[in-house]
Amino acid sequence: MHLQLGWRNIWRNPRRTTVIMIAVVIGVWSMIFMGAFHRGMINQMVQNGIATLTGHIQVHFKGYRDDPAIEKSMAEPKVVQAVLEKHVPPGARWTARVRVSAVASNARHSGGVTLVGIDPAREAQVSFIGEAVTQGHYLGPDDEYGIVVGEALVEKFETKLGRKLVLMSQDTDRELASRAFRIVGIFRAEMEATEKQFVFVTLTAAQRMLKLEKGISEFCIVLPDRHEVDEVADNLRAALPPSKYEVHNWRDLLPLVDAYLSLFDTFIYIWFLVVFIAMGFGIVNTTLMAVFERIREFGLLKALGMKPWWIIRGVLTESFLLLVMGMAAGNILGLVTIFALSGSGIDLSAFAAGAEWAGISRVIYPVIHAKDVTIANLVVFILGLLVSIYPAAKAARFTPVEALAHT
Amino acid sequence: MSIVECVDIKKTYDQGKVEVEALRGVSLSIDTGGFMALAGPSGSGKTTMLNIMGGLDSPDSGSVVVDEHHYDQMNQSELASLRLHKVGFVFQAYNLIPVLSALENVEFVMLLQGVPQAERRERAETILNDVGLKGMYDRRPAELSGGQQQRVAVARAIVSNPAIVLADEPTANLDSKTGQGLLEMMREMNEKRSVTFVFSTHDQMVMDYARRLVQLRDGLIVDDRVKET
Ligand SMILES: Nc1ncnc2c1ncn2[C@@H]1O[C@H](COP(=O)(O)OP(=O)(O)O)[C@@H](O)[C@H]1O
Ligand SMILES: [Mg+2]
Repeated sequence: MHLQLGWRNIWRNPRRTTVIMIAVVIGVWSMIFMGAFHRGMINQMVQNGIATLTGHIQVHFKGYRDDPAIEKSMAEPKVVQAVLEKHVPPGARWTARVRVSAVASNARHSGGVTLVGIDPAREAQVSFIGEAVTQGHYLGPDDEYGIVVGEALVEKFETKLGRKLVLMSQDTDRELASRAFRIVGIFRAEMEATEKQFVFVTLTAAQRMLKLEKGISEFCIVLPDRHEVDEVADNLRAALPPSKYEVHNWRDLLPLVDAYLSLFDTFIYIWFLVVFIAMGFGIVNTTLMAVFERIREFGLLKALGMKPWWIIRGVLTESFLLLVMGMAAGNILGLVTIFALSGSGIDLSAFAAGAEWAGISRVIYPVIHAKDVTIANLVVFILGLLVSIYPAAKAARFTPVEALAHT
Repeated sequence: MSIVECVDIKKTYDQGKVEVEALRGVSLSIDTGGFMALAGPSGSGKTTMLNIMGGLDSPDSGSVVVDEHHYDQMNQSELASLRLHKVGFVFQAYNLIPVLSALENVEFVMLLQGVPQAERRERAETILNDVGLKGMYDRRPAELSGGQQQRVAVARAIVSNPAIVLADEPTANLDSKTGQGLLEMMREMNEKRSVTFVFSTHDQMVMDYARRLVQLRDGLIVDDRVKET
C-alpha cells in the first residue's frame, strides 16, 4: 500500500512527473551514452596505437628508446629471436623491423618521414599495414625497390603510384645514405598523421641502404591477450641480457594514451556528476513543489499518528518510483542508441582535424561496459534518493497544527 | 471512570505584536463513553483545547492525561504513537487522503498500526457499512459528498477503537440536514460501540445532540452541564 500510495501521488500532477522523468531519462541516457562513447574512443585509441606499429611489447637495443639512432641497433638479432621463440606464448605474433628517421623527396617536395623496413609476411600479422593498402599492392618479399606510402603523403608530395621517391638517412658509418624507391602501394590509416609519417620498404632493402647487415631496430610482439603483457614482458626481461636489451610494453611506448587511460575513469565519473547535478536540481525543485502543495495533507498524516520518519519514507518512495521509471527508460534508450550506432559507428570526420592530435579515430564505435552502466545507475539512484531527503525532511517537519491551519 | 483528565490548561499564542490567551486555565474531566460538546463562539479556544487533548499542541501549563498517559512525560514520537492508537481525529474539512478510496482511507490507519491485511479489510468494510457508506468503498474523496466524506472520517477515527474521538466542528461545512445525519450516526456509534466523542461547535442545533455540554468563553469554561435524557 505504501508503494501504491506513492504511485498514485506521483500521478496527481502528471505534467510535473513527466518533467522529472524526462530529466532522469536524459540524465541516465547521456551518462550511459557518453560513457560508451568515451570507452569506444579510448579503446580505439589503444587499438590504433597498438596496430600502428607499437604492438604489445617491443624489444630494443639498450638506449634506443632515449636516442633512436642507427648505432643503437641490435647487431645480433638471432639472440633475441631465440628468446622470443622460447618465451612468447602460443598464438602470439612477432616481427623484426628497421626503423629510422629519413627525409623523403621527389622532384617537387621533400619532408621528414619514418622509414620502416619490414618483413612483409610477418609484419602483416602484427600491424595494420598488412591490410591497409588501398591502391597498388603490399610489399612482396623481394620488393627491393618498392615502397608503400600513405595516401596523405601522396597528396602532400603530389605524386602517385609508380612514381619515384628518394629516401635519405644516415647509415651506420654516419655517412649519408640514399636510395630511390618506386611507389608500389598506397595505404590508408585511421589517422592522417600515420599516413604522412610512415613509409614502408622491405627489411633487406632498409638494411642494405643503411649498411646494417643483419641489424634490427626493434622487435614488435602482439599477444593473443592484452592482459598477458606484463607477464610476458617480465619473462623476456629475465631472459635477455639487461646490459644489451630493453623491453617495453605498450603503456611505456604510448605514454599519451597511457595518461589518458588513467585519467579516463575520473573523467567519466566527473561527467556523471555534472549530469547528475543538473538533474539533481530538477529533482529537488519539483519534489519541493510537490511537498509544499501538500502541506495540509502531511499535517493530517501527522495528526493521524504518522511519525516523521514514515513521512520521509513516503516522500522517498515517490522519488524512488520516479527514479526507477526514469532509469528504466533511460537505460533502454541508452542501450538502444548505442546498439544502433555500434554497427556504423559515430563519424567524427567533421571534427577529425582537431581530434587527431590526441589519437582519436575518425569513426567511434561506442562500447558498453557493465561497470559504467552500473555506476551511472547507482549515481542516479543513490544521489537521487539522497537529494530527495531534503524535501522529505521538510515534509516531515510541518507540525500538524500549523499544517492544518494552512489552507 | 474518566478517560481524559485536563487540569488548569493555559495556552498563550504570540500573534506578532499581541499575545492571545487562547486558554486561561481550563480543567476538564471526560468519562468513558461520553458524548460531549465543547461549545463556544469563534475564537473561544475550542480548537486549541481539542488539539491539546489530542497531543497535537502542548499547553504552556497544566496537565493532560488520556487513558492514563501523561502527556507532559511523553516525547513527540510517543505522542504520535498515542494518537495512532488511542485518539481519533475528525476535522472540519479535508480529512481524507485524496488519492485513497474510502475503504483505503479507513484501512490506512490500521496499516500504520500493523493490522494484517485481511483483518484490515474486514474491519474497514464493517465500519463503512455502520456509518452508512455500504457500496461506496471504492470512491475517492472527490467522488463523495461533503457529508459522506465526514462519515468516512468518522469511520476512520473510530475503526481502531480509540479511547477518544475528537471532532473539531465536524458539521461546520455541511448543510443542517446532512449535519444532523452525521451527528445521529455519531451518537449511534457512541451507543453501539461505546466510543467516547468530544466535538466542538458553535451551532445550537449541534449542541442539542450532546449529552454533556461544556461552554467556553474567551478561554474559560463558563458552563458545564449534563442533560437529562
Ligand atoms: N496557531 C495560532 N497562532 C496564533 N494564534 C492562534 C493560533 N491558534 C489559535 N489562535 C488564537 O487563539 C484564539 C483561540 O483560537 P481557537 O482555539 O482556534 O478558537 P475556536 O476554535 O474556538 O475558534 C483565537 O484568538 C485565535 O486567533
Ligand atoms: Mg476552531
